[in-house]
Amino acid sequence: MSGVSWWLSDTVEMVRRNLIHIKRTPELLLDVTLSPIMFVVLFSLVFGGAIEVRDFDYTSFLMAGIFVQTIAFAGIYTSVLLANDLQKGMIDRFRSLPMSQSSVLAGRTFTDLLRALLAVAIMWAVGMALGFRPTGGLLPSIAAIGIMLLFGFALSWIGVAAGSLVRTPEALQGVIFAVVFPLTFVSSAFVPTSSMPDWLAWFADRQPMTLVIDAVRSLTLTGEPGPAAIPAILWSLGFLVVSLPLGIWLYNRRTTQ
Amino acid sequence: MTQTMIEAVGLHKSFGDTHALAGLDLDVAEGTILGVLGPNGAGKTTAVRVLTTLIRPDAGHATVAGIDVVQHPAEVRTRIGVAGQYAALDELLTGLENLLMVGRLYRLDARVARQRATALIERFELGDAANRPVKTYSGGMRRRLDLGAALIAEPPVIFLDEPTTGLDPKGRLSMWELIADLARGGTTLLMTTQYLEEADRLADDIAVIDHGRVIARGTATELKRQVGGERLEITVDKPAYLDAARRVLEALGDGAAHVVDESRRVSVAITAHDGVLTHAIRELDSAGVHVDDIGFRRPTLDEVFLSLTGRPAEETVEVEA
Repeated sequence: MSGVSWWLSDTVEMVRRNLIHIKRTPELLLDVTLSPIMFVVLFSLVFGGAIEVRDFDYTSFLMAGIFVQTIAFAGIYTSVLLANDLQKGMIDRFRSLPMSQSSVLAGRTFTDLLRALLAVAIMWAVGMALGFRPTGGLLPSIAAIGIMLLFGFALSWIGVAAGSLVRTPEALQGVIFAVVFPLTFVSSAFVPTSSMPDWLAWFADRQPMTLVIDAVRSLTLTGEPGPAAIPAILWSLGFLVVSLPLGIWLYNRRTTQ
Repeated sequence: MTQTMIEAVGLHKSFGDTHALAGLDLDVAEGTILGVLGPNGAGKTTAVRVLTTLIRPDAGHATVAGIDVVQHPAEVRTRIGVAGQYAALDELLTGLENLLMVGRLYRLDARVARQRATALIERFELGDAANRPVKTYSGGMRRRLDLGAALIAEPPVIFLDEPTTGLDPKGRLSMWELIADLARGGTTLLMTTQYLEEADRLADDIAVIDHGRVIARGTATELKRQVGGERLEITVDKPAYLDAARRVLEALGDGAAHVVDESRRVSVAITAHDGVLTHAIRELDSAGVHVDDIGFRRPTLDEVFLSLTGRPAEETVEVEA
């Protein structure tokens, strides 16, 4: 077999291992199952009546925000799962084997992509039950899912870099919360940015989460990519170009010490 | 001439101010077991990590099966198996799944991986637990499975880092049998240990290391000879007899007797066997000393280590900066 097919076979082996982990400890899926359901239900029922958005009903407006928030958390959560692995002896075993070393990381991020896809499927169904109407049509909806998964995949690689840097997985939980949570709130996730003070709206309009959310919202609700789609994709690709080599470098540095 | 399968020349490795390896030299001939013996912090694990391509040395070089570990780590990895002090297993996978995964990552054919995994499970007496997650395994079972993972690709060189540390006597004995088996099969083995008995029993050759360097090298017999010859040792019935026993032994032995109060033991170096034992018994009897046990004893590796380093081997010693 060639180098590429060995890489692929090693990566499949790593994904298989991660999926067995999920099967044996289903609570690993809570963050991509229970929490998004809770968010959809709480926001649409509690805030739904109080927040007025133009053109759409609030649940339909909200869904793009919930999708991207969940995917962002799931993506960055890769760091915790990797940091967990790094604490145990298993990485030493992998490093002493004639396997492709980057497959350990690729296996991790691909598994997390599957987790994100599962989360989207669940949220989509719950959203539909509560009044989400993806009136944009099938193909634009698929494009929207593609854009958010690309964003999640890019964040996973940022997670690889972060997970390789910290000594303990616990250290990450707080940081993730302190960074990702404000970013989702200072975005177009839950309210239109026009309702924010000017200086905050200026930031909110330009940060990547808003762009990804706007692109997803526009595609799912109107079927049009809108002005945010291209910048959203470029941000994700930009994150990937930086964090993929950085993540591999930091991981190698960490594991060869 | 037999081939050298593991060779290290002048290895240095520092972590901050700690010199874990300070010019380590090792060589292991094909089909033999080298026991690397030393206290905690002597540099044993660091040496194994360099030789198994996990970390790069700061200076010096090393080859495994003739391949440079720094230049061609991927090549080295196809020829080695590693079992560590901390069993490198996936806790959530079953024993069989662990072996199959490692087998496939060694790039064995899927069918071959399954055959060997099944055979190893059988041979290592893990049959009942094969389909249980590893987190339910006892310490001994983990070590056996870990060794199985190291063996699945049937590599010519195996590294065992403290294979029995933390095991109960039963677990230790069963690991020893497995290791002895491997050596009979022609595998080259480097095994670190802090148990002198283990090195004595399994290794063809022993390298005693301390502060990151080899301080003595030879077979167990050679190392014992370095410390001195045979001793006559007696165990007395009551502590009250210790003094009289010491006087008797010093009269017929060579130099001062060594007295251990807690175990009621007295020993003295002797130069010849002839008549010593009968003479000793007669003298002890007329001195009124009741003896529980009497016999000749060669020095243990514990004593070897003590005399080489000035401290016992199993004491926990921090590496000095």
